[in-house]
Amino acid sequence: MSALKASGPARIGQYLALLAYLVFLAFPFLWLVSTAFKPAPELASLHPTWIPEDPTAANFRQAFDEQPLLRAAGNSLVAAVAAAVIAVAVATPLAYVTARHRGRLASAATGWVVISQAFPFVLVIIPLFLILKNLHLVNSVAGLVMVYVVWSLPFALWMLMGYVRAVPAELEEAAAVDGAGRIRTLVSVTAPLLGPGIVATALFAFVTAWNEFFFALVLLKSPEKQTLPVVLTHFLGAEGVADLGPLAAAAFLATLPSLVVFAVLQRRITGGTLAGAVKS
Amino acid sequence: MRRALVLVAFLALLLTGCGAGADGPDDGVVRLRFQSLAWQKESVDVNRQLVKEWNAAHPGIRVEYVQGSWDSVHDQLLTSFEGGEAPDIIHDASDDLADFAYGGYLADLRPLLSERLLADIPARSWETTTFGEGVHGVPFLQEPRVIIANRRILESSGVRVPTPEHPWTWTEFRGIAQDLTRTMGPGRHAVAWPLKEPVSVSLNLGLSAGGRLFHRGEDGRVTVDLTEADTVVPGTIRDLVVTDRTAPRTTLGSGGSDTLPGFFAGKYAMVPLGFAYRQQIAQQAPEGFEWTVLPAPAGAAGLAQGVSPQTLSIAEASPHKKEAAAFLDFFLRPENMVRLALGDWMLPTGTTALADPSLHTARHGWATGAAVARQLRPAPAQSVRGYPEWKDKVATPAFQEYYSGAIDAGELRRRLVTDGNRVLARYQRK
Repeated sequence: MSALKASGPARIGQYLALLAYLVFLAFPFLWLVSTAFKPAPELASLHPTWIPEDPTAANFRQAFDEQPLLRAAGNSLVAAVAAAVIAVAVATPLAYVTARHRGRLASAATGWVVISQAFPFVLVIIPLFLILKNLHLVNSVAGLVMVYVVWSLPFALWMLMGYVRAVPAELEEAAAVDGAGRIRTLVSVTAPLLGPGIVATALFAFVTAWNEFFFALVLLKSPEKQTLPVVLTHFLGAEGVADLGPLAAAAFLATLPSLVVFAVLQRRITGGTLAGAVKS
Repeated sequence: MRRALVLVAFLALLLTGCGAGADGPDDGVVRLRFQSLAWQKESVDVNRQLVKEWNAAHPGIRVEYVQGSWDSVHDQLLTSFEGGEAPDIIHDASDDLADFAYGGYLADLRPLLSERLLADIPARSWETTTFGEGVHGVPFLQEPRVIIANRRILESSGVRVPTPEHPWTWTEFRGIAQDLTRTMGPGRHAVAWPLKEPVSVSLNLGLSAGGRLFHRGEDGRVTVDLTEADTVVPGTIRDLVVTDRTAPRTTLGSGGSDTLPGFFAGKYAMVPLGFAYRQQIAQQAPEGFEWTVLPAPAGAAGLAQGVSPQTLSIAEASPHKKEAAAFLDFFLRPENMVRLALGDWMLPTGTTALADPSLHTARHGWATGAAVARQLRPAPAQSVRGYPEWKDKVATPAFQEYYSGAIDAGELRRRLVTDGNRVLARYQRK
């Protein structure tokens, strides 16, 4: 154990590196928060300050006055939750089979999953649009959810396969020896150990769908169905001009659900991992 | 098991509320979708109000207002056209229409528009939306590039203040920039050029010196050539930045908004910007800050400059083109065009609207813009196929390097002409 302990200077270095990384990650968010509370003249100041000199909620009022942010957030929430739940429901059994029963088919399937990650949006969007049109799913959140599920499924599958492989097969064999059937083993032994993986995968699918812009832009025609990332672009004009204050206010609010979901689920990820570690 | 059932029920509930939208009830009412790119509050309010007025007066033709975004309009329209789901009435800019027009996605408006509208908008504006034989959009708002100046610095320096009748020449502009920089002291510059999009600035202002860059041969093919007239404006900008140092190198990669903090702080005396930036300046300028709007410098062709007006088009696939054209006729009545122009802080293309007294006031430089409007011409690249690729792959990096001093005029010419013509040739193979 002592071999793992870093010396004093090394530990300080580690903390400094960690601090630098945290600052790097937090900078855009803190700047966003600061901008959201600044009045227009402060936004055009040559020497911008971190803390607004004359903080105001006017940007939030303007953002809500000009755009239907709540309705858009509701649409995003429906799409993101549905996409996350369905993606996990489909990917979990698939990942189990692919990880446990290795064969040519499984290798080919996982290979295809990796390749499919390389397809750019623009390559798939027009065929996808035509398929959804034939299914009468253009301009529907259901169609959008379907796209999000398909889009996040490969990576979700990839993630879950790793978690399944980390669960020792001996545990399942022991359960079988004790008389548990296949379903019972999966439900009572494997599934609880996969908890952290499922939560992490759901989180990934949720955040991907919550932030997604291009599919939502193209697939949803009616204003009342538009999602939050699409509505946020309404604060942008031509040639990169932006209504910066309201945009920052709306973008700050848009990041909150992701942070809340992560904060709630993070404990489960950590707790589940520890539980698995003790069992193995 | 119960949990699983609850989950399934929850999902079913979620998705039943999200079914595909029907095209509308079969009640004999024509429904048109109008995708507008208006984004500033004043402008959105005017657009919505006009739609409301139309709907109140025309119960048989209902227009639905849909807000799009300048940021993503091209990709969104392209996909919608391919999928047969494009809006009936489309707001865009003339320099974005070429591919859609040549692709057959936009209706030819000549047989649809009223004589009044056709006659009210000058021929030079119609040229911006004429592709091949057809007119594929109504140009309705436009913005010249002007110089926004710090009034106090300008007046205290004693330099001649230009007017549309007596503008600065490009040579005079260079000299005045030297005088101003000297007066302003160290760390300050006479002019900040925000050249994040250097190609449109160079080409559009280049018209004032007689530049055109794109030449159409008798066989209809377009080639690039960099004549002496084409080098006047780019050469002056480079001299300001590299030789005279009266313009800072740091703003070359900036957008217009990025230069405003320095402008408000008195770091720069002048910033060449699009006419609509006045709104941002009016909103953000510190109290007591005095600014004025000056015409861009003139060359051999006077104050001429290129513009790509905002446009309204009708989708070829729309089953209600006649009704859409009737809406456009209402939307672009002179009094409505004035409201749209004031809302967007731009100039109307219609001659009747442009004559409106509200667009000729000294306040916020409206009069300067209105005086320059007569000199506006179609942007040189307007109908050139392959222009977007030439701009992104060849011209933008070439101009950026030229303005920063990394390459000289010879290398700029080689890239724009030799490399550029190679790109254009690919689009013009018969």
